[in-house]
Amino acid sequence: MKSRRNILIVIAALLALAIITPFSSSYVITLITHALVFAILAMSLDLLLGYTGLPSLGQAAYLGMGAYLTAILASNYGFGLGWSFWAVILLGMLLGAATAAFFGLFAIRATGVYFLMITLALGMCVWGLAYRWNSLTGGDNGINLPPRPEFGISLANDVTFFYVVFGFFVFTLATLYVLVRSPFGRTLEGIRERELRMRILGYNTWLHKYIAYIIAGAFGGLAGVLWAQMNGLVSPEDVILTTSVDALLMVVLGGPGTLVGGAIGAAVVTFLRDYLSTLVHWWQYVLGGVYVLTILYLPGGLIGIPERVRNWRVRRGRKAAVPSH
Amino acid sequence: MDARFWLIQAFNGISYGALLFLLAGGLSLIFGVMRIVNLAHGSYFLLGGYVALSVIWTTGSWLLALPVAALVIAGVGLAMERFFLRPLGFDPLRQVLLTVGFAFLFQQAALDIWGGDPLNIEPPGVLTGSVALGGMYFPVYRIFMISLAAVMGLALWLVMEKTRMGAMVRAAVDDSEMARGVGVDTSRVSMFIFALGAFLAALGGAIGGAFFGVYPGLDFEILPLAFAVVIIGGMGSLAGAAAGSLIVGLADNFGKALFPEVSYFTLYAPMVLILALKPTGLFGRD
Amino acid sequence: MKEKLTGRLGWAAGVACFALGMGAGTLPASAAEELRIGFLAPLTGPFAQIGKDMANGFQLYLDEAGGSFAGAKVTFVVEDGEGKPPVNVRKAEKLIRQDKVHMFIGGLLASTGYALAPVSTRQKTVYVSSIAAADDLTQRDSAKYPYMVRTGWTSSQPSHPFGQWACEQGYKKIVTVAADYAFGYEVVGGFQKAFEDCGGRIIQKMWPPLGTKDFGPFIPQIKKDADAIFTLMVGPMALQLPKQLKDAGNKKPVIGGGTSYDEYVLPSMGDEVVGHVSALQYSAAIDTPKNAAFVKKYRSKYGKVPSYYSESNYTTAQMIHEVLKKTGGKWPGAEKFVKMMSEIRIDAVRGPVRLDEMRNPVQNIYIKKVEKKKLHGYPQDELWNTVIKTYPAVGQFWKYGKADFLKQPVYSRDYPPCKYCE
Repeated sequence: MKSRRNILIVIAALLALAIITPFSSSYVITLITHALVFAILAMSLDLLLGYTGLPSLGQAAYLGMGAYLTAILASNYGFGLGWSFWAVILLGMLLGAATAAFFGLFAIRATGVYFLMITLALGMCVWGLAYRWNSLTGGDNGINLPPRPEFGISLANDVTFFYVVFGFFVFTLATLYVLVRSPFGRTLEGIRERELRMRILGYNTWLHKYIAYIIAGAFGGLAGVLWAQMNGLVSPEDVILTTSVDALLMVVLGGPGTLVGGAIGAAVVTFLRDYLSTLVHWWQYVLGGVYVLTILYLPGGLIGIPERVRNWRVRRGRKAAVPSH
Repeated sequence: MDARFWLIQAFNGISYGALLFLLAGGLSLIFGVMRIVNLAHGSYFLLGGYVALSVIWTTGSWLLALPVAALVIAGVGLAMERFFLRPLGFDPLRQVLLTVGFAFLFQQAALDIWGGDPLNIEPPGVLTGSVALGGMYFPVYRIFMISLAAVMGLALWLVMEKTRMGAMVRAAVDDSEMARGVGVDTSRVSMFIFALGAFLAALGGAIGGAFFGVYPGLDFEILPLAFAVVIIGGMGSLAGAAAGSLIVGLADNFGKALFPEVSYFTLYAPMVLILALKPTGLFGRD
Repeated sequence: MKEKLTGRLGWAAGVACFALGMGAGTLPASAAEELRIGFLAPLTGPFAQIGKDMANGFQLYLDEAGGSFAGAKVTFVVEDGEGKPPVNVRKAEKLIRQDKVHMFIGGLLASTGYALAPVSTRQKTVYVSSIAAADDLTQRDSAKYPYMVRTGWTSSQPSHPFGQWACEQGYKKIVTVAADYAFGYEVVGGFQKAFEDCGGRIIQKMWPPLGTKDFGPFIPQIKKDADAIFTLMVGPMALQLPKQLKDAGNKKPVIGGGTSYDEYVLPSMGDEVVGHVSALQYSAAIDTPKNAAFVKKYRSKYGKVPSYYSESNYTTAQMIHEVLKKTGGKWPGAEKFVKMMSEIRIDAVRGPVRLDEMRNPVQNIYIKKVEKKKLHGYPQDELWNTVIKTYPAVGQFWKYGKADFLKQPVYSRDYPPCKYCE
């Protein structure tokens, strides 16, 4: 009942977004598109963090893989500029998944804080590659992409591109939602709560975590492909530690284990980094402050606020109803 | 490439490693005792350099600047632990994000207070110049860095091995629940370790100011090196931090000297290798 | 429950209206007598101070002009690019879409220049590159970027006369130590080309990664038979190499690219750099009344000696002003503006400046020696980049001729090849 209502709310919000966005100014459209790309990355991370209990500090690595693949194919081989764009989407997801499959061999063995450290190190390795492997990645210059793909419709049009990204966002949300509600997703949650018990019950917890890690990598790769097309540029700055940390913040800020929380967090962080920074020059105080305050005062994330307000009201109501002895 | 090349490069690598030891020793201890991934550790290093500069500008004394900078930043670390990290309890993810938030705040504050010019700490005259030996020049400041790191390392070792506080720290590293069970005041241990870690990093920043300079962005530049040391050496072990610092210092130095094109790989490759073979690092315990 | 749902929808609609409102708040596309200029500079991160120097230079001119160019009121919007190419791209898009700027100026690193130029083409908006020096933007790729004008320099522009100069000093063999990225390659490449064409030999090229502070791995490898060391440092790197060279017992003359000793790092340097020689299109020590006045104005307002970052943007503002004088304060449109801008000849603080047909400045290149002295009437001894030789009206192709020059590949890590190494 409750979950059905929540689904309705999400669908209503998505519809509103799809209808209203094209009427916004062209800058607002790009801001929203930007937030949606990061929402995909944040939701992929939420599968790990919120549902499996694996806080990855290296999710930018998969974004980087997808983005560099797109840029290299487009600028060196002219591939992915027409219908083949869809092939690049697929390849980006595959490369993200493959990278995660490789990294997962190192990372999945670790738990808790060791997992944080190892994913951090793996993320840094990808950055090191992007930064120093000049002949392939263009080093610190990065790679400029040719104009966005065209196949009957032109993605160079901001509204069209918004709808494409929006489509992928909905696809990601729906896929991950189905996944976390499936028996597989339930097992992941079981692992998050009590890994030992699940192992005793006969589940191969390593394999479950490994598969979740690969799926998250695939959607990270998808975000990367869209990110490259969005900016028209791929740079090592896209894969630095800050991107990974921001993705974590998005999930924690919105509310881990909810998927849409990651999307809300992505919207807030994008707004802070891209818009607030154009209004005030001390935006880093605000960003830092959001980090600190979220951690201290919003354990359930933004999405938990209505719940807390309701609890608070109920408590206050009860207090009023029961006079003190 | 004769023996002299290897000798001078090894010397350079060791002196670099000595500085890294100051930076990463505290990070390793913090990690060992509290299981906190402190991404604000680079900020302590940077702020240490800046505070040292302010002391030098007002008093003109370099010798005074080192302890003052280290103590001020130790206070900052202490406050961070007591008022912000402790209320979170044990939650690695929230702790790491909290330290990131502080890293952003510190970065902006440093820019507002000290401006964005690249600054330099001028050491006293006796520490400049170099010692000529067999046609090789050994800069005095590098010798000083090695000696200081050795002295600090020894002092830390004595504190850990010979004092009550040290024993409590070791107990907390081994098994904090057990330690609490036998009456160790782990919250005091945590505060002490966090302050000590900040102290060492800030000292490193004040020393390193004459070597790296002091400028905005140094905090995030130096942080990956600190993590490389901790990951390679093993977390929570003093010997590990020392070994990790030497390995990273030498790997980075020889990497740049011999294969400058791939210099970052010579740093990250051993890291990944060790992670793959022994995730807890060379000296870490499972 | 139903009320709750509609309540939420109402809330969502409110957010959406706010988003619309943000869009509605933008300016009308073409208001007469207004010039909207976007400015991209790093205001946070490692290059924050350079970013301030850049914006201050432009602002100083704007203030002198009373906030308007030939009757057009100037709206000057400064955005923080954080020194990161992707952030610069997003901020440029914001300036164009939200603020509807007529042009955007700035970008610091060569990588940022390469990232911003395509934005100008895509959005058909003028990009004035006042600092970013990547050679090919106004050379081999110039045709791709019809809306780009450069008021700064190409990386190799000062290096060509400098190579000639070094050769004339009687240096036969030189070792280069330069930051390992495009800007470093281009500065060293230009120097090597001119130096070797004159008969000199580059006998070793070392490439420490960008951001290196510990030069311990490199200094001991410098070949003993070199006559001089050519360095190209950027930002905080510049402070450390001279000190470490001295500590390692170096006695060879040290010369370098402009950014190794520009006025952004010079005040933080010690006496170890006295006597070092570099080349650039500006020095705060240029001995002209115009420059002396500029230095004093700038220093009294911002508390520091102007660097080339400040001068270049001051001059950029002056050039834009000149164009608007001709149009009577009207925005002539992007194509026309670029054309008019390339025809401007001015007597700038740095000396006479005009643009060549690929829209890059032709200007004086100064060979400068670091000296400790009193200058411009300031009472204390300070480090200054004293001009020891002026090469007038140097273009980006030096004496090679445009056609021949463009036939060779862009300077890179491997070009020109190091014929005399090993």
